Amino acid sequence: MTINYFEKDIIALNKALANKEITATEVTEATLNNIDKVDNKLNAFIITNPEEALKQAKVIDDKQDFSHLLTGIPLALKDNLSTKGIQTTGASHILEGFKPVYDATVVEKLSQAGAISVGKANMDEFAMGGSTETSYYKTTANAWDQTKVPGGSSGGSAAAVAAGLVPFALGSDTGGSIRQPAAFNGIVGMKPTYGRVSRWGLFAMASSLDQVGPFTRKVLDNAQVLNTIAGFDEKDSTSSNEEVPDFTSKLTGDVKGLKIAVPKEYFGEGIDSKVAATVKAAIAQLEAMGATVDEVSLPHTKYGVAAYYIIMASEASSNLQRYDGVRYGYRADDVKNLEDLYIKTRSEGFGDEVKRRIMLGTFSLSAGAYDAFFKKAAKIRTLLIEDFNKVFADYDVIVGPTAPTVAYGIGEEVDDPTAMYLADVLTIPVNLAGLPGLSVNAGFVDGLPVGLQIIGKPFDEATVYQTGYAFEQASRLFETLPDLAKDY
Amino acid sequence: MSDTTISKEEVAHVASLAKLAFNDDELVQFTTQLGDILNIFNTLAEVNTDDVQPTYSVTKNVNHLRNDIANNWEQKQELLSNAPLSSAGLIKVPAILDGEGE
Repeated sequence: MTINYFEKDIIALNKALANKEITATEVTEATLNNIDKVDNKLNAFIITNPEEALKQAKVIDDKQDFSHLLTGIPLALKDNLSTKGIQTTGASHILEGFKPVYDATVVEKLSQAGAISVGKANMDEFAMGGSTETSYYKTTANAWDQTKVPGGSSGGSAAAVAAGLVPFALGSDTGGSIRQPAAFNGIVGMKPTYGRVSRWGLFAMASSLDQVGPFTRKVLDNAQVLNTIAGFDEKDSTSSNEEVPDFTSKLTGDVKGLKIAVPKEYFGEGIDSKVAATVKAAIAQLEAMGATVDEVSLPHTKYGVAAYYIIMASEASSNLQRYDGVRYGYRADDVKNLEDLYIKTRSEGFGDEVKRRIMLGTFSLSAGAYDAFFKKAAKIRTLLIEDFNKVFADYDVIVGPTAPTVAYGIGEEVDDPTAMYLADVLTIPVNLAGLPGLSVNAGFVDGLPVGLQIIGKPFDEATVYQTGYAFEQASRLFETLPDLAKDY
Repeated sequence: MSDTTISKEEVAHVASLAKLAFNDDELVQFTTQLGDILNIFNTLAEVNTDDVQPTYSVTKNVNHLRNDIANNWEQKQELLSNAPLSSAGLIKVPAILDGEGE
């Protein structure tokens, strides 16, 4: 049998499973077949795990309990989420062959719900990059045009969902790594409020910024996945014990009276004019549906990139000290002593982008630079948060583009780190302030998707989803499919 | 306030702090790239932050107390099997000091 995730969303799949029209084993087999057939064009997966997936599917078919929507539903996991006994590399050479001894909390929650992970998705090495080109293992292509990047760092997760290989995937977002690849692939990607989802078992990059979140083709599916993975976890001391509401509760299609703020800085220098026009048209659509729209100012936006790269690199340089060749992963040969082992292993095991960020972080934290850089960046972070607080005193959501451009060509920007960093200007402030941010498809420029970013108040993902859902249902852009859909 | 810049020697020093080694070509390349990035960082000096408190975390949750119950004692074999080299139930590393033997 064949299955096509462009036609069946999670609710439809759940119904088919509950009515015994299909079995979990058939769904899993069909998904693995699709990956075999289509992923050679995309390279979205570092590995698949058919054996474990089919074993889990059999248990589900024996039990026949489909009361949870995600039971028997396949997914892809970004390769920085720990999976017990299944290789998890963070797309780094330094962790080649590493098999975690426990599951990440989000993996455990999905597994308890009966969702079936079929493989580990490609990404930028240790989530450092915006194009999935810094992966040690492979280069992933965009679902809409295989000469373009899928965005990053969660590019494999995004491409897999956009190409219909899986109905949903998890990614992580430290400075835009869920929202930007969602935008580049024309799908839905949510970075939840900091603390909303447990980070236990997520490879730490920048611990004050990292969050796990879902990719789906539609907003309703996305909210349902977040319903399953959100909540307090005693293993992550920064996870929040705020009550987890039903994130689908406001998905009515109605935005009458919703107060939308549009920051003028999000349409400034460096934003492609066609991208800006597409996003403005999407905002006009929301206004026509009864939302009020006003221009506002987030005056410190332009300092976000500098503050972010200092804070992120500082935290990452500390977090990545653990990769030293002693306990797991790659270890260099021909070393003189332990110190030499550390240096040789790290120099051979890390790629250039990871080294750049370790260097930037080590420098920013060093005695001479600490006040001018690290502490200064932390103060700018306060000002960015205050900018958001002022706007949210009067508005429900902030809306703008997710990324300054559509997906660019593979190989075009990977050698220009400063250009890559500056392209994160629209997503970074959301992480620095710990806010929820969603990207939904706003339309197309030259056949490539454009992202509409919706930013909410802390722990108000429900209103963010409400806005995204209303636009999605009115625009029905999900009916436009990539050419790859013809391969099924 | 003058802008912070970085020399090749400083890059080499930071590399040693970070336990990374670069050959001469890499050192030149990293010095140029880090210099370009520091130019972006230097723009922060434009902002007056005299009366601004730094933010290091956006959550008030720092510590959650729980009962101290050990529930992961059975992982020794799995942990050791990830180590590149082990011996007698321990992870094996090269000599800490230079010299012969282990």
